[in-house]
Amino acid sequence: MTALEARGVEVALGGHRAVAGVDLTVARGEWVCLIGPNGAGKTTLLRALAGLVPADGTVQLSGRGHSRRRRRELARAIALVPQLPETPPGLTVAEYVLLGRTPHIGYLGGESRADRVAAAAAIDRLDLRAFAQRPLYSLSGGERQRVVLARALAQAAPVLLLDEPTSALDLGRQQEALELLDDLRRSDGLTVVSAMHDLTLAGQYADRLVLLDRGRIAIEGTPGEVLTEATIARVYGADVRVLHDDGRVSVLPIRGIRC
Amino acid sequence: MTIESGHSETVADRATVSAPPGELRARGLPLVWTLGAAGFVVGALLVGLAVGPTPISAWAIARDAASHVFGFRSPLSSLDSGIVWQIRAPRVVLGGLVGMMLAVAGASYQGTFRNPLADPYLLGVSEGAGTGATIVIAFFPHAAGSELLPLAAFLGGLVGVGAAYLLGSSVARAGGTGALILAGVTVAAFMTAIQTFLQQRQSQTLQQVYAWILGGLSGATWHGIVLALPWIAVSTAILLAHRRVLDVLSVGDEEAGALGLNVARARGLIVVAATVGTSAAVAVSGLIGFVGIIVPHTIRLLVSSSYRAIVPLSLLVGAGFLILTDVIARTVLSPAEVPIGVVTAFLGAPFFAVVLRRSRWVGL
Repeated sequence: MTALEARGVEVALGGHRAVAGVDLTVARGEWVCLIGPNGAGKTTLLRALAGLVPADGTVQLSGRGHSRRRRRELARAIALVPQLPETPPGLTVAEYVLLGRTPHIGYLGGESRADRVAAAAAIDRLDLRAFAQRPLYSLSGGERQRVVLARALAQAAPVLLLDEPTSALDLGRQQEALELLDDLRRSDGLTVVSAMHDLTLAGQYADRLVLLDRGRIAIEGTPGEVLTEATIARVYGADVRVLHDDGRVSVLPIRGIRC
Repeated sequence: MTIESGHSETVADRATVSAPPGELRARGLPLVWTLGAAGFVVGALLVGLAVGPTPISAWAIARDAASHVFGFRSPLSSLDSGIVWQIRAPRVVLGGLVGMMLAVAGASYQGTFRNPLADPYLLGVSEGAGTGATIVIAFFPHAAGSELLPLAAFLGGLVGVGAAYLLGSSVARAGGTGALILAGVTVAAFMTAIQTFLQQRQSQTLQQVYAWILGGLSGATWHGIVLALPWIAVSTAILLAHRRVLDVLSVGDEEAGALGLNVARARGLIVVAATVGTSAAVAVSGLIGFVGIIVPHTIRLLVSSSYRAIVPLSLLVGAGFLILTDVIARTVLSPAEVPIGVVTAFLGAPFFAVVLRRSRWVGL
């Protein structure tokens, strides 16, 4: 079953083609990771998939095109967690997570009982019940990351887009966040598309990697197919060793092996 | 086969044995603060009716009001009754309406522009209204006491913000709220130029324009209230209804859009409602500064950062605050009056300084 299908997506930002013709099909329940050097178009592609930036080409969710959906309907189908989410410091965790229910609430309406229950379930899934009445400014970076994820879960969209979900976290919190995402994806049948810089983490969690280079897909496939020393040297201009351990791939930067 | 960490297992366990799901609630409107603010308004109303050159007790006023409803004999002489209901009451009611409008519009502007310095005059209401008033005073001096003056001020305010909004939203795609604020500054500068040019050419109008700009409630009549009330009531109702939308806007345009909000339409509605209401308030009371800034921020600092609390509490506190400052404005130098804008800032600034120092400013 296809969850998300993009055909010939192009996005021009200020005359520069940030995304230059991308075809991408994501199956339901799949975790696809967008990788690529800075400026390869990962963030812009995610925004185009979420319908937040005018794009040429077509994006379909469960067989229906973006252009035929209204903003609210789209937000019920696809949730986006940006790289640096705005977390209004004075709002409480509860208030912030309830904002995730916006696409399910009429324009000037208030939350129904169903909305409050869904938000409570999201907060419980991320083990944040004890934080519910705390203001956002009092949380650590890792806690805040979980709160943002809880808001995205409360949105109850079957497709979750994440831009650098671990960039603000330490090593332990990175693994914790990704494990959590993997659990949620399996238990709730979510489809995940994430942009990530850390190639090792990307390779260990994603089903499939899509390597972007200057707005185009350079190569896509399983982590073992995409993460090779030759490909990384060519696209990133980086010197790395690729280690294979029990079917998992790790990418290790090495100083000066090409010199 | 997947390898699961200990943490993920605990999450999975919790999901299977979880208790029946509870509900998550926003703080909303805290009851204690709401009752306190409502009491503040009622107290301000009674003080506003009772205090003046002729002291009349609040108790007698309350019994007089009841006597009109239930038909028993009023304790007030007809002269005192006239002072209360024809002289003081319009002023108190107008003060309440203007105060509530400015505070609610200020809160809405701060929310929709995500800017703590935004006040209802941000996009050029004040310069537009000032230009409208100046044109009437300069070219139709005989009509300056008539309804032409408030009408010109009202329309001037709408023209000012309308021009700023058209200019700002035509370039807003890339610039967002920044472009809109810049457009407001541009239009305001242009309006100020017209205003200053006219005043300089017709210097006999200066005194009258200056008095109008300082603002005040001394010209309050029931007739003026009837003119301004519909605009203020509808605007306030629209802004109150947007209190949750203002919370959604607090995560920024892009994320609010990703949550399914039509940001441009929501911002447009809020700005139009706040502008129409503010223009109506300015038309009948001149430019009263600072209320739209300190009232919402005081509530933000003391009660909640959520607009579900800020908007309704600003309504109540703004009304009570302006009624009380007007009492001071008309009594300290009685029979002369201190401009009300002087009182709002002279008392409001130190009060707000204390609130600001004692609370934790965390941003919008």
